Amino acid sequence: MSDTWVAEPLVRLEHLTCAYAGTRVLVDADLDVSSGEFTGIVGPSGSGKTTLLRAIVGTVVPVGGRVWRQPGLRIGYVPQVETVNWSFPVTVAEAVLMSRTSGRILPWPSPSERAEVDAVLDRLGIGGLGKRHIRDLSGGQQQRVFLARALLRRPQLLLLDEPTSGVDVRTRHDILHLLADLNTDGLAVLLTTHDLNGMAAHLPQLVCLNTEVTGKGSPRQVLTPQVLEATYGAPMQVLEHGGMPVVIDHYTEADNVIRLRRERGAAS
Amino acid sequence: MSWLTEPMAFGFFRHGLVVATLAGGLCGLIGVYVTLRGMSYIGHGLSHAIFGGAAASALISFNFYLGAGIWGMASALAIGRVTRRRIIGSDAAIGVITTASFAFGIALLGLYGQVRKSIDAAIFGSILGVTLTDVWVVVGVTVAAVTVVFFCYRKLLFTTFDPEVADVSGVNTARMDALLMLLLSVSIIATMQVLGVVLIAATLVIPATVARMLTNSFARMLWLSSLIGALCGFVGMIVSYHLDISSGATIVLVGAALFGVVFALTGPRGLKRAAGLDTHDAPLPAPTAVRAGA
Repeated sequence: MSDTWVAEPLVRLEHLTCAYAGTRVLVDADLDVSSGEFTGIVGPSGSGKTTLLRAIVGTVVPVGGRVWRQPGLRIGYVPQVETVNWSFPVTVAEAVLMSRTSGRILPWPSPSERAEVDAVLDRLGIGGLGKRHIRDLSGGQQQRVFLARALLRRPQLLLLDEPTSGVDVRTRHDILHLLADLNTDGLAVLLTTHDLNGMAAHLPQLVCLNTEVTGKGSPRQVLTPQVLEATYGAPMQVLEHGGMPVVIDHYTEADNVIRLRRERGAAS
Repeated sequence: MSWLTEPMAFGFFRHGLVVATLAGGLCGLIGVYVTLRGMSYIGHGLSHAIFGGAAASALISFNFYLGAGIWGMASALAIGRVTRRRIIGSDAAIGVITTASFAFGIALLGLYGQVRKSIDAAIFGSILGVTLTDVWVVVGVTVAAVTVVFFCYRKLLFTTFDPEVADVSGVNTARMDALLMLLLSVSIIATMQVLGVVLIAATLVIPATVARMLTNSFARMLWLSSLIGALCGFVGMIVSYHLDISSGATIVLVGAALFGVVFALTGPRGLKRAAGLDTHDAPLPAPTAVRAGA
């Protein structure tokens, strides 16, 4: 037996290639997701972030490479909040309980299921909102409802698609802290985002994606001008603040001229 | 009370009343899923498509329920196939296939049938031809629909609300979709004689919309919509007898009147709730059958 024992990953992507109608949106991607990891996938729109998550959960079938999942792996999936109709007639408790589709054939929840729903809502800071209609929630609260629904499945791996989009800075901070707490409790977390600086501050590991994987590692290793230019196709500056990399948009001379003209036009 | 007891003296009316009440409840129940999934046009189209099968069955003296059922399922499959090829949108596919089938039925009856009366009865609904067999068919379909909704409650709800995550969570969403299409087709076939081809869609939509205006809870919407549908069927039949108007029309008019009353009582709050129904402005569920490279 070897002295160094390497834990088997929860999910392994090998040379993963996915396409829609012949157009490849993800090419030759390799990635391991192991127990206890907390990883963010960053990249521009259309870079294959959501496709990568969908390949992991199995709703997208790759045209090349393969997805290996640990046998019996329980995955909690939190899609973008925009994917559902929030006017749908369900209360918060009903929405959370949806994920409990096995083990009980009666429509109404058992006392233990009710207690579980209450506990997970309390844990996520939305206790007491169980009877409220889902439309009557803030963006951050709606995100937590999705998260609660995923957690009720008692997952080993949590996948989140853009969990911080469309929420204010405070809510983004709260959600990322909540995910960090769940990760500390042993849950592996993989999320996609556009928010480079938020991820740099909260996540220990990043993957940069632009159809291909352009970088992997800690924020300090990945958030470099070279990797960011390969990822976003435009030069970006990286400064250091408080020991952490901070990415700033790099204005070209032409961008500045356009911006100044707009500002003058708006002022006149 | 003579307005209630007088029509009961006729056997055909008693049969019609049972069928209309159950049909209203049945359409109210299925209508909740139809409206929440944005399938109202499919319901409308299927009822028209089935008319072609019903006309063909009548002409060759084939069993009405079998003929209409086979025709309806074939139409649903044809719509699905055309839509999947993504050459034209689903609404256009429904429009072409179902209206062609409806026109085929009209043409058949015009060429070979006892034209005017048969067409009017099929299109607008009639209780004159309701037999005891029809009553048992509606009872059977209603029991089957309630059983399916009861035992598949969570899976149907999850598939309707968020099909992608339902799929990921182990729900066979394709099976749930097929089950719902089957229930919809069977419900239309079982109720088209009393409600009429043209007006079935209204009995699918109105009770569910009124129920949605009254509640924010899915479970309450299910039983409220069924109750409203059954009430409209019962009251509509009584009104139909006294005013000598087609049963389908009076049932729908009672539903529309109820909608007006609830609208007046709930005001903007009710409308706001119903605004999310069957709208293409609302975000459509992510496709569960996305297959890369397909």
